[in-house]
Amino acid sequence: MQSFSYLRPADADAAIAAAAQPGKKYIAGGTDLMQLMKDDVERPAQIVDLDALPYTKIEAGPDALRLGALATMSDVAAHPEVARKYPVIAQALLASASPQLRNMATMGGNMLQRTRCGYFRDTGFACNKREPGSGCPAIHGQNRLLAILGGSGHCIATHPSDLAVALVALDTVLELRGANGATRQVALGDFHKLPGDTPHIETVLQPGELITALVVPASAAARRSGYLKVRDRASFEFALVSAAVALDLDGGVIRDARIAMGGVGTKPWRLPAVEGALRGHQAGDVAFAAAAAQAPEGAMPAVQNAFKVKLMQKTLVRALRTVAA
Amino acid sequence: MRTPSLTRRGLLGRSAATAGGLAVVPLVARAAPEIPATTAPPNPVRTPEMVDVVLQVNGKRLPLAIEPRVSLLDALREQAGLTGTKKGCDRGSCGACTVHVDGRRVNACLTLAIRCQNKAVTTIEGLAAGDTLHPMQAAFVAHDAFQCGYCTPGQIMSAVALIEEGHAHSDGDIREWMAGNICRCGAYNHIVDAVRDVAGQTDTGRG
Ligand SMILES: Cc1cc2nc3c(=O)[nH]c(=O)nc-3n(C[C@H](O)[C@H](O)[C@H](O)COP(=O)(O)OP(=O)(O)OC[C@H]3O[C@@H](n4cnc5c(N)ncnc54)[C@H](O)[C@@H]3O)c2cc1C
Ligand code: SF4
Ligand code: FES
Ligand code: FES
Repeated sequence: MQSFSYLRPADADAAIAAAAQPGKKYIAGGTDLMQLMKDDVERPAQIVDLDALPYTKIEAGPDALRLGALATMSDVAAHPEVARKYPVIAQALLASASPQLRNMATMGGNMLQRTRCGYFRDTGFACNKREPGSGCPAIHGQNRLLAILGGSGHCIATHPSDLAVALVALDTVLELRGANGATRQVALGDFHKLPGDTPHIETVLQPGELITALVVPASAAARRSGYLKVRDRASFEFALVSAAVALDLDGGVIRDARIAMGGVGTKPWRLPAVEGALRGHQAGDVAFAAAAAQAPEGAMPAVQNAFKVKLMQKTLVRALRTVAA
Repeated sequence: MRTPSLTRRGLLGRSAATAGGLAVVPLVARAAPEIPATTAPPNPVRTPEMVDVVLQVNGKRLPLAIEPRVSLLDALREQAGLTGTKKGCDRGSCGACTVHVDGRRVNACLTLAIRCQNKAVTTIEGLAAGDTLHPMQAAFVAHDAFQCGYCTPGQIMSAVALIEEGHAHSDGDIREWMAGNICRCGAYNHIVDAVRDVAGQTDTGRG
């Protein structure tokens, strides 16, 4: 790990002013940044510690759930109102990482965690995301875990977060704070960028801009929601494919559906066509299979990850069944 | 493919990983008298990057001079001589480094020591009361819950936390909430037995 200096600002504006300059990195839980620094993928000259900032609150109001950016994965997963009114969020969190990591890792850091593509995390290889223009060995190499949707000729890396999949399904909005106290809101669906020919630019975040909160609107669909994660081992593993499903049922008829999937896209992947195909139909295997058939629309699988086309549909049908039951 | 440039800084970063080997300060014997710092070289070297940090480890004050990049794991092992906490992957994937910070289990390898100032750190060395083992340590011995023993300190720290968290309702629960601790020897069945024993559980459903 390269040497760095350490700063622990007392408030957000001091943190933002410090981090706006190049070579600076915020640290929240540190669970991703530490690993990336150990592997020389990130080489910041200074670490700006967010520990003293007041963004740890979890507020479940009548209209929305407001998650402070520094709330830990453990605390959000254990919050009774999250489990009751937004079960997909609690389930996605409990299916993530390990209990130790969840005690450390935060909401904001989770959105910004970087891909698990093995080439990206090994400086012995080329990688367009790590070193723009150096090439992408994954496209014709080890790509079993990588994306079938949203990729480009420059990068097919998967966004690894489970939480972001659940949150994007529920129309979550991020609250950001920039220089001079300026704040703005960005829908999570617009926050991550597709790789295109600039895979190193992953989000719309400006230098120094801080995520302060994640706001999830309450809805009937959020109450009837769930997360299904398919992986290579039963626990403590990233997703091969995952599904976040939220349904609003009127009798047996699907009034509203929110669907997003993980492990398949270069960003947390919302599926509006599948949602449209479900709305107005009787909940059941016929509608589920017909809608799931549209899930891989636009997929460009590589050699090793082609199995995800079918796995994606099966995972989605199983998740729909569970949530509708 | 990129050839990494070999600057002194870069080379130190790679070979000494955390500079723990260079940056030893002999404050250990005073701070934790029951555990002598056997690994500490005699001559402390102070680099310009170093800062003074005071940790609270197992109820004792532990003043250190460390670079900001030093992990809690390396500070404990290389500087405090508390080698009970193990380094497996150094990347959060194995749980061998599990300690408690302010009562919560965390991976010491992914924690910067400098961020632990004013927080209470508990390691495996802090569990026993004198010669009396913590009930979880005793249960691991009674159930033969290890083979080589390398993962064991992390397993025990996790198991103690798991029971405090209230997650030991069934064997399935115990397995899921112990998932952050890998055992290469595959002592899992006996580990579950030990945890169940301490939790007062009788579920033998091997979930
Ligand atoms: C072994 C292992 C297994 C894992 N398994 C899973 C899994 O199954 N599913 C899953 O979803 N995740 C998994 N993870 C990833 C984990 O969830 C993330 O590392 C974690 O959520 C990152 O949060 P953090 O607070 O630790 O971020 P940090 O490491 O502190 O920061 C990550 C990045 O975000 C930036 N940042 C942090 N907070 C803010 C903020 N408020 N505003 C602006 N920038 C900010 C930092 O500068 C840094 O660039 C795993 C990680 C490990 C190590
Ligand atoms: S898929 Fe993306 S992250 Fe992986 S090697 Fe290619 S460019 Fe790098
Ligand atoms: S050494 Fe920390 S998790 Fe493996
Ligand atoms: S006892 Fe050997 S690794 Fe667990």
